[in-house]
Amino acid sequence: MQKVKTILRKEWAEVFKNRMVVFSVIFMPLLFTALPLIFLFATRDAGLSETNSDLPAQFAKLCSPELSGGQCFQVYMSSQMMILFMMMPLIIPVNIAAYSIVGEKTTRSLEPLLATPITTAELLTGKNLAAMIPAVLATWLGFGVYAIGAWIIVHDVAVMKALFDPMWLLAVFVAGPLMAILSVNFSIMVSSRVNDPRVAEQLSAVVIVPLLAIFFGQISGLFFLDSKLVLLFSLVLALIDGVVVYLAVRLFQRETILTRWK
Amino acid sequence: MIKTENLTKQFSSTLAVDRLTIQIPEGEVFGFLGPNGAGKTTTVRLLTALIGPTSGTALVNGFQVGKQDTEIRRSVGILTESPGMYDNLSAEFNLMTFANLYEVKDPKGQVEKYLRMLGLWERRQDEAGTFSKGMKQKLAIARALLHEPRLLFLDEPTAGLDPESARLVRDFIEELRKEGRTIFLCTHNLDEADRLCDRIGVFKTHLLVVDTPESLRNQLFGRKVVFHLKAANDDLAASLRGLPYVREAKMVEDKILVTLDNPEERNPEIIRLLVGQGAEIQFVGELRHSLEDVYFQLVKNA
Repeated sequence: MQKVKTILRKEWAEVFKNRMVVFSVIFMPLLFTALPLIFLFATRDAGLSETNSDLPAQFAKLCSPELSGGQCFQVYMSSQMMILFMMMPLIIPVNIAAYSIVGEKTTRSLEPLLATPITTAELLTGKNLAAMIPAVLATWLGFGVYAIGAWIIVHDVAVMKALFDPMWLLAVFVAGPLMAILSVNFSIMVSSRVNDPRVAEQLSAVVIVPLLAIFFGQISGLFFLDSKLVLLFSLVLALIDGVVVYLAVRLFQRETILTRWK
Repeated sequence: MIKTENLTKQFSSTLAVDRLTIQIPEGEVFGFLGPNGAGKTTTVRLLTALIGPTSGTALVNGFQVGKQDTEIRRSVGILTESPGMYDNLSAEFNLMTFANLYEVKDPKGQVEKYLRMLGLWERRQDEAGTFSKGMKQKLAIARALLHEPRLLFLDEPTAGLDPESARLVRDFIEELRKEGRTIFLCTHNLDEADRLCDRIGVFKTHLLVVDTPESLRNQLFGRKVVFHLKAANDDLAASLRGLPYVREAKMVEDKILVTLDNPEERNPEIIRLLVGQGAEIQFVGELRHSLEDVYFQLVKNA
């Protein structure tokens, strides 16, 4: 555990000296938190007198009968934005994780590091946590700020209840970290196989595509996320994480990494 | 300390290390010489358990390569070809990171000890990226020593350094040698190898020869003694050629160059003979071949 902590400290000390990384860790949560709040603010005066029955069926699915049509619209629009909180743990760590191995290759610091008695599991755990923790914390912090902002703007218990139903809590607090694990390990896998940090970042960004499909699927009304779907999604994600972590460890071949790097 | 037997490493179709068999006892400074691409760095990587052998065996500090790799990495120090420091981090942070990875008991104390020893203590808070090449190299040497390994692998420790920095590094290696540490030194600097190494191994995919620099000189070139005469002539040289123990005697300007096996014993006899023939000897000296001559001779013949 001491070696994992050492790697974690070293990664953070290095990573947070890079202004672009700091910018991506701070700016994205700020933007992704501000967007749903702006939507909520813009729709705060939506026609409160309209009834649910005037809404399209997919809108109505989201709302309990006690919500007015305007409130339901507010909930619907904000729900679309909530997916941003699922994107954050996926996108934020990509930069850090994608650079983690290939960066060591380019600075030639990987060989002395691998010459220490650190095990592959310890090294990858340290690198994983270094990328995951800021992403998950930034997401949760953003979500907390969103919750407070939403209460200030909406100030309506019924809407707040709909906005913060267990599905979204599950999405942010369970699916979010699972997605961070996926993103980080996929990026580390790519990072250990390529020789150019730019290639690592480009390839690692591919991991966002499935979530974009969900985002656009929901916006277009193809399907609606509900608690069951998020739970199922989390379970599948946990399985995929298991496979990706296994592959990341398997593909981290010290010898190949050292001898193929020129 | 190091014992290998037919240690071989093959990368797909390239044979990098071919049946290397060597023994390096404790306290020896072993120079590992060879041209670029000869497999020196691969050998160091094999012996520091960074990569595994294709065949053969190697025992390092009593641990078997390929089976006890973590133990090997814990017990040896390595200075890699490139210092590979974390340029954005301070010198002290760099060393503290490695002290913790090597599970050093008093990391702060050890870091301070080596920073002071190598004259970097005052710059400890500066980012490694602001250091000169020589300072980075010293920092990398400190990193290799933090856990006090008895066996050190130094891969080109003075490559690319200015003469002053190179001298500092060499002096430090000399200090390490005095402490009785075993050093496996890969170098292109033959003068450095000559000065520092107890034995050298010349390597080009396979080991061409292992011996002391002095013995290699003698084997390859024999021992040569130069007799400076006031007026040399070929008759004098011819008279020396007739002696049974003289391998060669030839005139070079006003000198007679004599190749023989045991000059300490034979020189007085030769001097008597030359004086007897009327030669006026100004001075006598041994002609030493440089290690460079030895190296080129060996590599050329390989």
